[in-house]
Amino acid sequence: MTLEHFMNEAISPWMRENGPDSDIVLSSRIRLARNFADIPFPIIANQHDLEKIREFLQQEFEHLSFQDYKNFEFISIRDLSSIEKRVLVEKHLISPLLAQNDGTSASMISNNEQVSVMINEEDHIRIQLYFPGLQLTKALNKAFELDDWLEEKVNYAFDETRGFLTSCPTNVGTGMRASVMMHLPALAMTKQINRMMPAINQLGLVVRGIYGEGSEAVGNLFQISNQITLGKTEEDIIEDLQSVVQQLIEHERRARTRLMEQSGTELEDRIYRSLGSLKYSRIIESKEAAMCLSNVRLGIDLGIIKDLSRNILNELTVLTQPGFLQHYAKKTLTASERDVLRATLIRERLQLEE
Amino acid sequence: MECQECHKRPATLHFTQVINGNKTEIQLCEVCAKEKGYMTYPEDGYSLHNLLSGLFNFDSNHIGTQKKDSQFQQVKELQCARCEMTFSEFKRVGKFGCAECYHTFSSHLDPIFRRVHSGNTKHRGKIPKRKGGDLHIKKQIESYKSELQELIVNEEFEKAATVRDKIRELEMDIRNKQDGDQS
Ligand SMILES: [Zn+2]
Ligand SMILES: [Zn+2]
Repeated sequence: MTLEHFMNEAISPWMRENGPDSDIVLSSRIRLARNFADIPFPIIANQHDLEKIREFLQQEFEHLSFQDYKNFEFISIRDLSSIEKRVLVEKHLISPLLAQNDGTSASMISNNEQVSVMINEEDHIRIQLYFPGLQLTKALNKAFELDDWLEEKVNYAFDETRGFLTSCPTNVGTGMRASVMMHLPALAMTKQINRMMPAINQLGLVVRGIYGEGSEAVGNLFQISNQITLGKTEEDIIEDLQSVVQQLIEHERRARTRLMEQSGTELEDRIYRSLGSLKYSRIIESKEAAMCLSNVRLGIDLGIIKDLSRNILNELTVLTQPGFLQHYAKKTLTASERDVLRATLIRERLQLEE
Repeated sequence: MECQECHKRPATLHFTQVINGNKTEIQLCEVCAKEKGYMTYPEDGYSLHNLLSGLFNFDSNHIGTQKKDSQFQQVKELQCARCEMTFSEFKRVGKFGCAECYHTFSSHLDPIFRRVHSGNTKHRGKIPKRKGGDLHIKKQIESYKSELQELIVNEEFEKAATVRDKIRELEMDIRNKQDGDQS
C-alpha cells in the first residue's frame, strides 16, 4: 500500500473541505439516539431481538441513497478483524462500545464517511453526522432529515412528556449530543482553558480532551458538547453550544496574538523544534507526536510555517493512532515497533509536501 | 475530620459532585462510602452509569432514615412488565431496559431527570413526524391560541375571528381522529 493511498483511507473525504473557522474548529458533530418502540434496549434485549433489528435495517436501508449521500455501506462488526474495528473507532466512525458489542452490532456508513448510523450500540440506533468547521445548524438540519428518513420505516420509542426514550437517562428527550472538536493550543499553553471549564460546565456543556486518557487533552484537541438533553429544544441547545464555541474561538485568537506579541521568539522556537522532531525523529511516542503536531499546526495558522497544509494535523493525528499503524503494517505491532513506524510515516508524509 | 454520614469514623474519602452546576463536597469514611454507593466503580475505571447510580443513591440519602426502609421496599417491588427490570436494578445499572420502563418507573423519575438535566423533566424538542400523532396539531393549536390572545389585546377582532376558526377546525380534526381510533 502506498502512503498516499493509505492516507486517503485515514482522512474521510468530508475532512478535506474547509468549514467556517476551520483554523480552530476541526469538526462539528450531531448524534441522535433513537430506539424501536417495541423491542427492549440492547442492554437487556436478547440476541434474537437484536438480530431482528440488524436484519430489518439492513434490508430496508442497504443500497438506498439518502439525498446526496450515495449508497450506505452496511458493515457487520462481527465480520471485521480487531485491527479493522480499531481503525473505524480511530476514525470516529464507530464507537468503542459498538466495536465491543460485536455479536449483533452494525454500522451504515455513507460513502464520504460523513454519516454513520450505528446499530445496536447503547441504543438501537445512533445517527451520527459530521461537518467540517463550525456548522452546527447545518449539521442539525441534515441530521433531522436523516432522522425523518429513518422514521418512515422505524417505529420510534417516543413519549409526549419525555420525548425520545433512550437507554440512558442522560440522553432522554432530544436524544441529541452536539459536539465541536477544537484545537486550542494557546488557551492550553497559558492554562486559561482550565479556568474557563467551570463556567462552561455551568451552562450545561462539557469540555473533554480527545485521544487522551480521562480528561487530559492530547495534542490540545478538545471536544465541547451539551450535557442536557431534556427540557430544551435542539435549536436552543445548539445555540448555547455555538455561542460558547464562538467565545472560545475569540479567546483562543486573542491568546495567540498575545503569545506572539509577548513571547514571539519562544513560540517560534517551540514551533520549529516540533517541526524538527517530526521531520527527523526515528522513534516517536503518540503523545509527543500529538504535541508536536499541535505546535506545527499552530505555526501554520500563525503564518510562521508557510509550506505545509493545514490538514496535516487532522491527517497525522488519525494516521498515527495504534490501530492505523497496525493496519498499515498489516500485522500486530508492539508499542516500540509502533513508535518507529509512527516516526517513519510522519517523516514520509512531510516529504510529500516538499 | 469525621465522616459526614455516621459521624463516628474518620472521613478518609472526599467526593465532589456537580449537580446542576452546584458543587457539593462530601467527606465520608470508607464504610459509609461503600454503603452509599460512592465506591462502586469497576476496576477498569470510572464510567458514567456508576456516576449515575451514585447520584441515585445520593438521592435516597435525603429521604429520612425512618422513611427509608418502607420506601425501599415499595421501590423494590416496581418492575417493568415488559422487560422485567426492577427499579432497584435500574438504579444500580443506571440504564432503562425498554421504553415501557419509563412508564413503570414514571412516578420516581422526575427527581432523577431534574438532577441530570438541570431541573428539567419535560421534553420540548423535536416531535417525530409519524409517531407524533396529534402532537403536531396540539402544538399548532397552542401557538394559535397565544396568537389569538395577542390579537384580542390589540383589538384586532377580525383577525382574531379567523384564528379562532382555525383553532376550532384543528380541534375538530383531533376529535375525529380519536373517534376513528376507537371504532
Ligand atoms: Zn461513616
Ligand atoms: Zn422495561
